[in-house]
Formats: sequence, structure tokens, C-alpha cells
Amino acid sequence: MAVAKMSLAKALNESLRRALDTDPKVLIMGEDVGKLGGVFRITDGLQKDFGEERVIDTPLAESGIVGTAIGLALRGYRPVVEIQFDGFVFPAYDQIVTQLAKMHARALGKIKLPVVVRIPYGGGIGAVEHHSESPEALFAHVAGLKVVSPSNASDAYWMMQQAVQSDDPVIFFEPKRRYWDKGEVDTEAIPGALHAASVARTGTDLTLAAYGPMVKVCLEAAAAAQEEGKSIEVVDLRSMSPIDFDTVQASVEKTGRLVVVHEAPVFYGSGAEIAARITERCFYHLEAPVLRVGGYHAPYPPARLEEEYLPGLDRVLDAVDRSLAY
Amino acid sequence: MTVESTAARKPRRSSKRTSAAKTPAKAPEGSAPELVQLLTPEGERVEHPDYSIDLTAEELRGLYRDMVLTRRFDAEATALQRQGELGLWASLLGQEAAQIGSGRALHDDDYVFPTYREHGVAWCRGVDPTNLLGMFRGVNHGGWDPNSNNFHLYTIVIGSQTLHATGYAMGVAKDGADSAVIAYFGDGASSQGDVAEAFTFSAVYNAPVVFFCQNNQWAISEPTERQTRVPLYQRAQGFGFPGVRVDGNDVLACLAVTRSALERARRGEGPTLVEAFTYRMGAHTTSDDPTKYRADEERAAWEAKDPILRLRAYLEKQGAADEAFFTALDEESEALGKRVREAVRAMPDPDRMAMFDHIYADGNPLVDEERAQFAAYQASFAEEGE
Ligand SMILES: Cc1ncc(C[n+]2csc(CCOP(=O)(O)OP(=O)(O)O)c2C)c(N)n1
Repeated sequence: MAVAKMSLAKALNESLRRALDTDPKVLIMGEDVGKLGGVFRITDGLQKDFGEERVIDTPLAESGIVGTAIGLALRGYRPVVEIQFDGFVFPAYDQIVTQLAKMHARALGKIKLPVVVRIPYGGGIGAVEHHSESPEALFAHVAGLKVVSPSNASDAYWMMQQAVQSDDPVIFFEPKRRYWDKGEVDTEAIPGALHAASVARTGTDLTLAAYGPMVKVCLEAAAAAQEEGKSIEVVDLRSMSPIDFDTVQASVEKTGRLVVVHEAPVFYGSGAEIAARITERCFYHLEAPVLRVGGYHAPYPPARLEEEYLPGLDRVLDAVDRSLAY
Repeated sequence: MTVESTAARKPRRSSKRTSAAKTPAKAPEGSAPELVQLLTPEGERVEHPDYSIDLTAEELRGLYRDMVLTRRFDAEATALQRQGELGLWASLLGQEAAQIGSGRALHDDDYVFPTYREHGVAWCRGVDPTNLLGMFRGVNHGGWDPNSNNFHLYTIVIGSQTLHATGYAMGVAKDGADSAVIAYFGDGASSQGDVAEAFTFSAVYNAPVVFFCQNNQWAISEPTERQTRVPLYQRAQGFGFPGVRVDGNDVLACLAVTRSALERARRGEGPTLVEAFTYRMGAHTTSDDPTKYRADEERAAWEAKDPILRLRAYLEKQGAADEAFFTALDEESEALGKRVREAVRAMPDPDRMAMFDHIYADGNPLVDEERAQFAAYQASFAEEGE
């Protein structure tokens, strides 16, 4: 049977296993990815089965991890590197932004940079500082990178396969608070394109657009709204760069309303880009301005306040009401 | 998948070549480092030509008390995490001598840049231990005023603080002050670019800073050999300043070596790297599971080098402490445990509006707007009677 129920974390593990199995050039690199299997156990058992040549514990140096992955990629390898937590990607940000993203263009397309940077991101797990952030917009702003985030086990499995096979660098944001959520994975399915959005729930009154950890919240909000007789469509963007605006547009042309939801701060966030583009594309279809729900222009707060900071069901429904009130 | 480009290239790798991925062998024979030691694991006093120390019985008891209370505090915090009162705890178990020895070497006007495990150093600086718990409970991101004890906030991003310490020390030198700065970090941190840059800057500007690396043998699951092929203290040489390895479980040696390094800094002779060779007895943090990567026997071997037992043996041999001292200290420990427990349980959740406080020193209209929106949104629940 090709269909199995597994957690999002397990789906990533199985996907990485398959990638290592399929292509001898695939490497896993990062802090604690070997014996420990990563702090979230995403690489659990991989070093045992593929050896230290393929699953490499690196020194504690993020710039080093990404910088050497670039070199390995130039030599024909396909490194999949793990950044332990969102807040620790910044020592590597320089390598990602100034080097990884631009090298293909600088070499007139003659070299390829098939590097995947895996980043567990987002809040909701009661962690300390630097362990709950959503820096996706900082990467999506940079040309040359693909930025994606699965919201469920099946997408985790397939998007990781596609990310590894991509000849472009992919920043792969893993919604850490969904790691333990289970879903069905068909390991023989034919997946949609990596950048394609999917309609996670159909509806006619309003569109909720989200990705990663917020898709579940939006589905719950849509279910709650249904009880009040409101029909909400939920679009799972899956990719934050590029964004599949066609799917969003089609949905908004149907519903006339859009609310974008993400954990990252609203100010200069991905919701701003979506709101602007959809306003351009759907001006005459919109019944209300595109609204955004997300984090505040404040540092991610200490754990005891994160429930206030993160968009929850209530805040999403509040935005739905505000949109419908126009 | 497109890997043709390299498939075409002939791999010239001979099977003899050592791979970068393998854990390298231990440092070559003969480079075995000198370990400054003044107190053997059995509690015997030994002399070292460069680092002499002569402490009164009272001072020795003081160091012992510091270590015992720090360990008690740490154990209480670990227990509180298990009871769900703290979200996380980074234990210093086993590293008491490194922290108390170096911490007691400091002058009041010296400045400390810690990581997230320096509870013993905080103790020496007079920071109320309960203040250290706020960030682990999740009620704040720091919880103390760095300037009131010259003890900077804990830094979670590995290695960052070594540069801050260096810059601060550059400022000290510019001011013509005769204080020194100390930066704490781990063996894992030594791999970070920031640490290398801190070494470069401090050497170039002759900054009065002591780099105090607690080599506790592990960076989560990775052993020191995964970070370096030479003994860490030897790194300093390449940057142009001295490095010294000290027995990190020997509080007297840690005190003497740090004191000497701080004095060197105060004299305007620049930075020193101190590598305190020690051991993390517990897990990396309460989230970690060391059974996945580390053998029990290793811990057992280090238990024989316990810093507290070692000093106790010496105190007893010297007749520097009597039964009454130990009994009183036990009571003091229990009282500290109780105080910490009660303080944590009583620690209130922050006011939700605090999220918007202190984001900009100058204030900011966007923050003001979002604060007002948030307040109105919260108030709407109250109106609905929820
Ligand atoms: C830049 C960065 N990368 C990764 C981490 C995650 N992390 C936290 S502690 C740690 C190991 C640190 O080891 P070491 O420097 O030896 O200090 P120790 O905790 O052993 O005292 C890691 C990898 C981090 N905090 N910051």
C-alpha cells in the first residue's frame, strides 16, 4: 500500500530517506543531524542507514553550513542542510542572500545551486527567544530563492522531494508546531508543482489565504464560520516565492473577499504582497479591501504571551466578520 | 535529477583519503595540553609555577558555599522544569568550579557577557537567581538590568556575545578605565564566525577582554572533535594572544588563571583565551536526550572529578571547615531551594500589553497604532462578557 498515515515530521523523514536512496549525490548536513537525528528527530535513523559520508554532523556554524553546501553543490552534490531553529539562520543569511541566491545568475546560468535549506519555523510550542520566528518574508524578498512551506504530511513528503530535485536553492520552512500532526501520505501519488497553491476547502463567501502553520487555523475558522452559515474557501499557498496568484485570483473572483493569514508580523509581511497583487488583479471583483491577520510589529513575545501574539481562531473570525461587513 | 555535470567528471578520490564527514581522530599525540591544576580530583593541593594562589580558610569556605548553593539552585530549576513551572532549563551541573572560580576573580567594575548557562557567574555578580528564571518560564526575554550588576543578558544565539564583549572592552580601553571584560561561551561556539571575528578584533585593538570557553565536551550531541582538531586554547596563538587550558573542575585553578588573565587585560596587555576543561554532567537542556549520543561510562568517569567533592575533601583535610559549617550550608541550600520554588510559582504572567513595551526607545507610531488595535480587540471580549 502506498498510502500511510504519518506525522508531518515522519513524512519529512521518509522523504529525506527516499531522496538519499534515490540519488547518491544527496547529502544531509547540519548541527546534531547525525546520531541525535536532529533536535526534532527529522533526520532520525538516516545516519545509521546512510553513514557519516551522507548524513553529516557539522561544526556549530551556520555560515559554514550554508557556505560549504554551496561549494558542495558547485561540485555536483545536492546538499539538504538543516538550520536548527528559525532564529539561528541569520549567521547564514549572508551566504544565502549574497551568494546562494545570486550565483546562478552571475554565472549566466552555467552553474546550478541545488541546495535545500530546511528551517523549522514559527511559534506555538512555548519555546524561548529565537525559537519561534517566521522570517519567510526576508527570504521571499530575495530574487533567486524559492521559499516554500508545507502545511500537512502529504505536502511535506512531496514538497521535500521536489525541493531536493530543484536545481534552484529552496528555503524550506517547516511549521514546527505541526510536526506532530498526522495525515495521509500517498508515496506513489503524482504531486502538483512545487509552487502551486491548493484549495484546501471550497466556499463561496470569502477566501482565506494561508500557508504552513496557519492553514490549520484557517480550516478551523472556516468550519466555525460554517456553523454561522458563512461559506469560506481556504487556499493553502504552499509556496511564498513564487506565489501562485492565479489560484488566489480564481478564488477571489468567486468569493469577492480575501483575508491573508500568517504568523509573521503584518508590517512588510507576505500578506502585503498578496494584498497588493490581488487588488491589482481583482479590483472589480473585490467587495472589501484585502485584510491581513498576523503578528505585531513587536519582537516575538515570551512564551506566556504567544497565544496573544499568534493569530488564532478568534482573530481570523474577527477579520472574516470585518470583511463581510463591507 | 540533474547530476550529469559531475558524473562526467572523473572522481579522483582515493579510498585512502580521509573524508571530511568522518569524525576526525583525536588531536595528534604529543600535543597533549598542559592543564593548569591546583587541586587534584582527590583534593590534594598541588603547585603550578605560573599560577599560585593562597586563600584563607574563610575564602575557601566561600568558594565551597558558592558552588553548593549554585548547584542547589540549578537542581531546583531542573525540578521546576519537570513540574511544568519552567518551559526549559539549561543546567550547569558539573561546571560549578569553572563558573565560580572565574566569577570570583572579577572586580565589581568588570563586565560579564554570558551565554545562557552562566547561573554560577550570575550568582557571583549578585544577580538574584530568581531573576534568571523568567526567560525559562516564558514571562520575559531577560529579566534583569544588565548595568546594575555589570552582568549582561543571557545570549541564546551562539557566539554573538563574544563580539559585544570585545566592543565593550574596546570602549573600556578608549575610556582609559582599568576594568576588564569577560565573555563566556562553549566549545561548540568556538566554531562560529562571530567568535573568530571577536578574536581578531580583540587582538587587533588590544582589547581588555578575557574569553572564557567552558569546554564541557559537548555541543548538544556533537563532541568537541566535531568543532576543532587542535586543543581549543591553542587557537589563541594564531590570533596573537595567549591561550591557557585550566582544569575546569578545579575552582582554585579557575580562580587563579582567570585572575591572572583579567590582570593582564587591566594592565593593557590585551586579550587572553581561557579554556576551562570541564564536563556537562546532565543533558544539554531539559529538552535534550543524551542517551541518544553519549555513553553512561563517560559521565561516570567525570563524576570522579566532581568540583564540589574535590574542594570538600581539601577543606576537610585542611581542617578549614567543621561539621557545623556543612550543616549550616545544608540548611542554607534548602532555604534557597524553597525561596526559588516559591518565587517561580508566584511569578505572574506578563500583562499582555507588555508585548508593545520597550520596542523603540523613541516610541513609534506603528507600534502605537497596533497597541491601540490590540487593546480594542481585547476590550471587545470584555464587552461580550467573555
Ligand atoms: C547560532 C545558533 N545555532 C544553533 C543554536 C542551537 N544550540 C543551542 S545550544 C547549542 C550547543 C552549544 O554548544 P556549546 O557552544 O558547546 O555550549 P554548551 O551549551 O555546551 O555550554 C546549539 C547548537 C543556537 N542557539 N544558536
